[in-house]
Amino acid sequence: MLEIRNMDVHYGMIHALKDVSFEVYKGEIVVLIGANGAGKTTTLRTISGLQKPTNGQVILNGEDITNVSAQQRVKMGISHVPEGRRVFPGMTVLENLELGAYLRRDREGILEDLEKVYERFPILRDRRKQTAGTLSGGEQQMLAIGRALMGRPDILFLDEPSMGLAPILVQEIFDIIQSINKSGTTILLVEQNANMALQIADRAYVMETGSIVLSGTGSELMSSDEIKKAYLGG
Amino acid sequence: MRKFIAIGLVYAIVQILIMTNLISGYFQATLVTIGINIILAVSLNLITGFTGQFSLGHAGFMSVGAYVCAIVTMRMPTIPGFILGVALGAVAAAILGFLVGLPTLRLRGDYLAIATLGMSEIIRIIFLNLEVTNGAAGLIGIPQFINWTWLFIFTVGTVLLLSNFVKSAHGRACISIREDEIAAEAMGIDTIRYKVIAFIIGAACAGIAGAIYASYFHYLEPNLFGFLKSVDVLVIVVLGGLGSLSGSMLAAILLALISTYLQSFPEIRMVLYSLILIIIMIFRPQGLMGSREISLSVFSKLGRNKLWDRFKSQKGGQ
Repeated sequence: MLEIRNMDVHYGMIHALKDVSFEVYKGEIVVLIGANGAGKTTTLRTISGLQKPTNGQVILNGEDITNVSAQQRVKMGISHVPEGRRVFPGMTVLENLELGAYLRRDREGILEDLEKVYERFPILRDRRKQTAGTLSGGEQQMLAIGRALMGRPDILFLDEPSMGLAPILVQEIFDIIQSINKSGTTILLVEQNANMALQIADRAYVMETGSIVLSGTGSELMSSDEIKKAYLGG
Repeated sequence: MRKFIAIGLVYAIVQILIMTNLISGYFQATLVTIGINIILAVSLNLITGFTGQFSLGHAGFMSVGAYVCAIVTMRMPTIPGFILGVALGAVAAAILGFLVGLPTLRLRGDYLAIATLGMSEIIRIIFLNLEVTNGAAGLIGIPQFINWTWLFIFTVGTVLLLSNFVKSAHGRACISIREDEIAAEAMGIDTIRYKVIAFIIGAACAGIAGAIYASYFHYLEPNLFGFLKSVDVLVIVVLGGLGSLSGSMLAAILLALISTYLQSFPEIRMVLYSLILIIIMIFRPQGLMGSREISLSVFSKLGRNKLWDRFKSQKGGQ
């Protein structure tokens, strides 16, 4: 459903992405792993329209969306949970969730999805009147994911959802990601926590200094010696 | 409904006080200053407090409204001419806001502040050199149309317009830009568009404030709208609380009253004024109101003796 063809991105003189191509099929969990500065976040930002590529194409459901604005892409079913959670700290949990449905006009559907988000994350219902800045890291991550789901996306991008969370919460977040996927949303996940990410991945791509160097199914990559040495600690 | 009764009451009381000469001519000038400062502060608050764009160009927009209104009413010294003047002043300032906003709002923080500061200086220099504005000598004898009624209409109108805007979905979009621009963009909010909209509305309101100024004080010169004027407005906004319209109104009233009463101590007036500002900012760094609003329901809550209940339950706990 999503295809990236020969994408190049430059930040000024720096060549951040070099000829990156990959695909995400409907219903999959696809993972991008790689070290700091490998270009994972840049890849996500480019696909969701927050960053302009210097070369290459982004194709969504057979349609070239390379020159479509970020706003339009949200309407087309892409939701992006940015790195570092980025909830709106001064707004309440409920206001954050409502903004996730900003582009939608169907009141009924929005309320329905709000109820679904509360079911998935009961803690958010308890804290709905609280400002988002007062939530813990894990709760903020749940809010960020819930907010993205309020856009009723076909494909959800998650940028390092485990960042800065306690191991038990990381497990919880990954369980949630799997259950979101089971309910029909395609997922493109960027992670440094390669071990966890590969366990839930249908397929994965490994990035290094701006290029994709390896790809395969989650289990293939987990048993690959190269990956074990570089990312899985042994 | 209660809101409109309260607004009507304020108008009627002040109007009666003016008619019975209990409010002197001197104090009426203070009232006009308060009205102008309220309009300037709430509109800058939309740009800086709600949308989070640090602008130092408000005096520039104000001067455009002032000069346009002055030039129109000097040629058509009638009530329709005055209304036309105010409207054209607001439109001219809005157009300028659009022209300046489109390229500069891609800048962030300090850079935007410098760009808007430069813009307002350019406008001042232009007015200083134009024939139609009579250069440095300025315009004298601008017909006076502003009285308490007009002032009240414009001030209340601006405040109601802006408070409805910030409570709407558009306002929510503006606030989300202040809170986190990248997240706002990821939610599908067209951030550039909303920043420009906030800039245009803010500029138009500043234009109205300028028009009121021109029409009441019947004298204009470019140096009235220097850098310090923009800073004055910013002081009101920060003092009242970024993101609180009622805070801006409260601060505008408070500062005007303080500076009026300090006139009795001309030697140390500015020292006292600055001291008061410093003390308030030390004790209320978030501004008088923070980002909260005063609403009339505060009074009905008080009526229900909430404070008394809390007092009683505290005593009971001991």
